[in-house]
Amino acid sequence: MNTSRKLTMARAISEAIAQEIERDDRVFVMGEDVGIYGGIFSATAGLYEKFGPEQVMDTPISETGFIGAALGLAMEGMRPIVELMFVDFFGVCMDQIYNHIAKNIYFSGGNVRVPLVLMTATGGGYNDAGQHSQCLWGTFAHLPGLKVVIPSTPFDAKGLMISAIRDDNPVIYMFHKGLMGLGWMTLIKDTTGPVPEEPYTIPFGRADIKREGNDVTIISVSMGVYQSLEAAKELERAGISAEVIDLRTLVPLDRETIAESVKKTRRVLVVDEDYLSYGMTGEIAATVMELAFDYLDAPVKRLAVPDVPIPYSRPLEQFVLPSAPKIVEAVKELLYS
Amino acid sequence: MSIPRPKLLEMYRDMVTIRLYEETMAEAYLEGKQPVFNIAAGPVPGEMHLAAGQEPVAVGVCAHLRNDDAVVGTHRPHHFAIAKGVDLRKMTAEIFGKVTGLGRGKGGHMHLFDPDVHFSCSGIVGAGIPQAVGAALAFKKRNEDHVAVAFFGEGAANQGAFHEGLNLAALWRLPVIFVVEDNSYAISVPKSASTPIATNADRAAAYGIPGVYVDDNDVLAVYETAGEAVARARGGEGPTLIEVKTHRYFGHFQGDPEVYRPKDEVAQLKANDPIKRFREYLVQSSPDSTNPEADIVQMETEARQRVEDAFAFARESDYPAPEEALLHVFVD
Repeated sequence: MNTSRKLTMARAISEAIAQEIERDDRVFVMGEDVGIYGGIFSATAGLYEKFGPEQVMDTPISETGFIGAALGLAMEGMRPIVELMFVDFFGVCMDQIYNHIAKNIYFSGGNVRVPLVLMTATGGGYNDAGQHSQCLWGTFAHLPGLKVVIPSTPFDAKGLMISAIRDDNPVIYMFHKGLMGLGWMTLIKDTTGPVPEEPYTIPFGRADIKREGNDVTIISVSMGVYQSLEAAKELERAGISAEVIDLRTLVPLDRETIAESVKKTRRVLVVDEDYLSYGMTGEIAATVMELAFDYLDAPVKRLAVPDVPIPYSRPLEQFVLPSAPKIVEAVKELLYS
Repeated sequence: MSIPRPKLLEMYRDMVTIRLYEETMAEAYLEGKQPVFNIAAGPVPGEMHLAAGQEPVAVGVCAHLRNDDAVVGTHRPHHFAIAKGVDLRKMTAEIFGKVTGLGRGKGGHMHLFDPDVHFSCSGIVGAGIPQAVGAALAFKKRNEDHVAVAFFGEGAANQGAFHEGLNLAALWRLPVIFVVEDNSYAISVPKSASTPIATNADRAAAYGIPGVYVDDNDVLAVYETAGEAVARARGGEGPTLIEVKTHRYFGHFQGDPEVYRPKDEVAQLKANDPIKRFREYLVQSSPDSTNPEADIVQMETEARQRVEDAFAFARESDYPAPEEALLHVFVD
């Protein structure tokens, strides 16, 4: 695959959707402001112009209505991509998501298919306060019946989206607003990455080792991967070799890659922009206990949002979110204390 | 309105099937639950919501439907499922928790899925409404003349899902029929204490769609109203909201002490039973003056055989292996 072309994550996602609409006439997008606006975070930019209102349907602000409708569409053989503008809004439509979309296959003993992608925006760091800044992937991963996909690079975003669309199961696809490459939200230095033009898939349940190392394993998703890679560079200057694992999907979870890495490095830090308790960091810690306990030289360390809502004011929000300096500090504690 | 007699007999057979099914289920449900009622005991454990008395709604509407039309039912789903043609053996086996059931024993009586006849239901009040809207949108997108029907109770008409579903269906002019079963009680709460207007059909006006109140638990009245709604939907003229005054003979669930209604209410309702009325109509309108009950009795026999066969199948079937609980979270 030619990887000389660079795209933002938003462009990578919209390209994946466009290619799948062209490939399969059952595929279409619906959601709030996905049409002429192109999605509030540009995940559907340019699609309306290309395909028109049938394939790129604006909906009223009516999440129970249109997400429930997406389930009906999927069960009748369509393959909808439905956008929940912010994951934080799940509260107004969670019944359709976890009691129906996530359970109908099971209730039917595998007799129905629910080929539905619930695409949603996650993450904070831009002072939008507690109803527009959460990640919540731990919440969705906790409930059986949804595949949970979290891209951290434009390359992964495209391949994982195509895999999600082609899956006969419901997939929640969670992109981070700060990674999308939006001109009006600059949270990282380089928001573009190599993306091949032709369609390709990335299998679920396969973590990606974004950086190899020997002294410590840093496990994360989404924005946390960027921060971990930044921290790894800093740690390298201090003579510490950090391996950075991007889980890419929480359901299914690649437990083998986690265990193999820990057996090599013997130390683990889990970095999560979601809440600390009962979440992804705890699940990874338990996995390490179950699969690699004897190899550990130190207890698993966790860096996540302490159990408070995401605060508004900049110093408050920055205090609770993970960051590269906090990761560096945590790794040093892990190694030297 | 002239309905051919074979069609009338089919509707009668389905109503009788439903009634017998619910009465048989009520008996099976009590097995292992006497003298002390324990919801977890017996061959049919868990909650049980029966629809005897509400047959005219399901049959009067579904008599217009084809196999490819979609129906989304409720926590009280048996009458809809039977009227839509769900496999009765597999449905009964599912309710008995058997591996031969529609969902291999994973769903039970509130979660019946038969994709062969496009039937599904949900135990969450009002939740099926947007799903039916989605099915209708799928049909419209594919230029098919199928329709979707959402059945739900008058209690569900106060859910957000009801209003969101109606709004979307009206906005997109979708081939969907919303059918409210007004059985007077949302569990125990009477309609007067839940709904500020006399009929939910009036709520259609808020969405610019037709709303019809059928003030009689009569299958022919429902059939006539539903026929217009289905024709409108198939013709691309959009959704209709129908509310039918119907009656629930059993409690909300089996074991319901029913302290919220007069002791003699059900007996009075049964005096005007819709199946009895329909039977009288069929006798009076029979073309066979020497033996006007012959074809009716044949339908009753068929209904009884179907129900007996389904329950026998369910009882004889095996339970799933316990570790099957781990399967089917996802499809391959």
